Amino acid sequence: MSFMDFLNFHLVPGIVLGSVYAVGAIGITLVFGILRFAHFAHGDMATLGAFIALALVTAGLTPWTALPIAMAAVAVVAIGVDKLFYDYLKVRPKIMTVMASLGVALMLRAVVQVVFGVDPRTYATGIVRPDDYFGLLLRDRELYTLAAVVLIVVGLTLFLRHSRWGKAMRAMSDNPDLARLSGVDNRKVTMLTWAIVGALCAASGFMLGINNELHSMMGWQVLLPMFAAAILGGVGRVEGAVLGGLIVGIAEELSIFILPAQYKAATAFVLLLLILLVRPRGLLNGKVL
Amino acid sequence: MDLLGLANYAVFMGILIGIYALLALGLNIQWGFTGLFNAGIAGFFAVGAYASAILTSLPASGRLGGYELPLVVGWLAAMAAAAAIAWPIGKVCLRFRSDYLAIATIGIAEIIRLVIRTEGWLTGGVRGVTGVPRPFGDLDYMPSQVAYLAIVATLVLVAYLLVERQVRSPWGRMMRAIRDNELAAAAMGKQVEARRLQAFVFGSALMGLAGALFVHFNRSITPEAIDPMIATFLIWIMLILGGSGNNRGAILGAAVIWIIWSVSELLTDRLPTEIAVQAKYARVFIIGLTLQLVLRFRPEGILPERQPGSPPHR
Repeated sequence: MSFMDFLNFHLVPGIVLGSVYAVGAIGITLVFGILRFAHFAHGDMATLGAFIALALVTAGLTPWTALPIAMAAVAVVAIGVDKLFYDYLKVRPKIMTVMASLGVALMLRAVVQVVFGVDPRTYATGIVRPDDYFGLLLRDRELYTLAAVVLIVVGLTLFLRHSRWGKAMRAMSDNPDLARLSGVDNRKVTMLTWAIVGALCAASGFMLGINNELHSMMGWQVLLPMFAAAILGGVGRVEGAVLGGLIVGIAEELSIFILPAQYKAATAFVLLLLILLVRPRGLLNGKVL
Repeated sequence: MDLLGLANYAVFMGILIGIYALLALGLNIQWGFTGLFNAGIAGFFAVGAYASAILTSLPASGRLGGYELPLVVGWLAAMAAAAAIAWPIGKVCLRFRSDYLAIATIGIAEIIRLVIRTEGWLTGGVRGVTGVPRPFGDLDYMPSQVAYLAIVATLVLVAYLLVERQVRSPWGRMMRAIRDNELAAAAMGKQVEARRLQAFVFGSALMGLAGALFVHFNRSITPEAIDPMIATFLIWIMLILGGSGNNRGAILGAAVIWIIWSVSELLTDRLPTEIAVQAKYARVFIIGLTLQLVLRFRPEGILPERQPGSPPHR
């Protein structure tokens, strides 16, 4: 195999998949870091976002204009889910919230299945031929995906680092009690976190859908890679989630060189166990719950 | 439906309730007494089912198996196989909070599913394993069903008595101490990780046994026989609704939820086809909602945990 083939058929798909995982993993790492529990409804929230965008596309919007609306819609859903199902559990052990989120995952998926059915769908029909950039074959949607991911990551990093609310989120992640004593309103920060997490879910689901196809199990299937990415990078670290996402995505695409193709989905699990075994704080030194 | 048909159905339900009760008891050891979150119950169940099926089934071309070993060997092997998979997972994940175990068990259940579908030489691939013997399977339909119900009921009773005995012993007290205050238990010199690993492996072995009972009842198994997420989730609801930390509650929860689940299936099957598919997923929505409602309004379940040595009302 030539080097260009390696780039075009393995590395580029790996990077695209990895950046989609990164967006999902950022959401997971924010919930894990700030609200301190593993959010199992994350994947199915992404599915919901992807299908909301599909509904908008069916109504006549172009996919990339449907994305921001879907992000806003899932942000509202995420806040609603928190208020209805997670909020009252915060006085109880955190693991109860984990369990509730598993139930929410099932409920969200059932909603998608009832409303949209279980058949695979796509945003646009027909085969898109990639354009040739000096031997590098890229589709427009792949370029847009990468651009959107960069935009999201840079925007979020600036927000967390410099804005008042971003600092409040980081304070709550470091030490919720101390943050409250310093005048951070934990309730508002929780709401803001869910809004961001919901929007990120929708974005990752949409990008997964546009680069592949939509089906009701898509989110559940990427939940494990996204968790692996978040833990690999270091829980609570946004840049870690990006790094972890890229590593998991590329590793999955390259796994076919050493594993039968059917076991591609096992790569993330192996990476997860490895990092827990060797360096549970993650590559960028995150939290261990 | 005539009376005999009704009796048949009741026996059939009884057998499945028994199998689910074993699963719920296994989960109770892990979650109820030790606080471990196993989200891959269906995986351990499948491992047990396939292990016993491969060892005891009739020979078939194209896959391993057909050793026609005695049933007891198959059942013990089912428990051993499930335990052998649980051990390394627990070893890696039990050092951390239970969230990590939950993630890893979701992963292991996925991988078990992949292996079952892919490795045709071992599991028959999508065709699955057939020709699994059933004890007293040579009898007529009804006596054979009743005999199997008796076997399942005996095993549930034995498992219940053993777990109950364990829980009342100093071991059980230690487990609750670890669950309720890990730091204090560790300070008292209890080996938190090792004890958790014991509970995780033991509970998983029971889930493997339940899988074996299922496969011998069904006489065959295919990868599609169980939906991993829904099966796992049903068992969680059984335990939480019945009362986690209470073995009788686990068994009661299994009966209540399984009856509701299958009766609702009977109802949705009667709907016209165009709504029937949607109704099937609406049922899943409702079990998800049921969990939320139980967590909110009766988190201790129908039969709350009793502390041995204290009066039943708290």
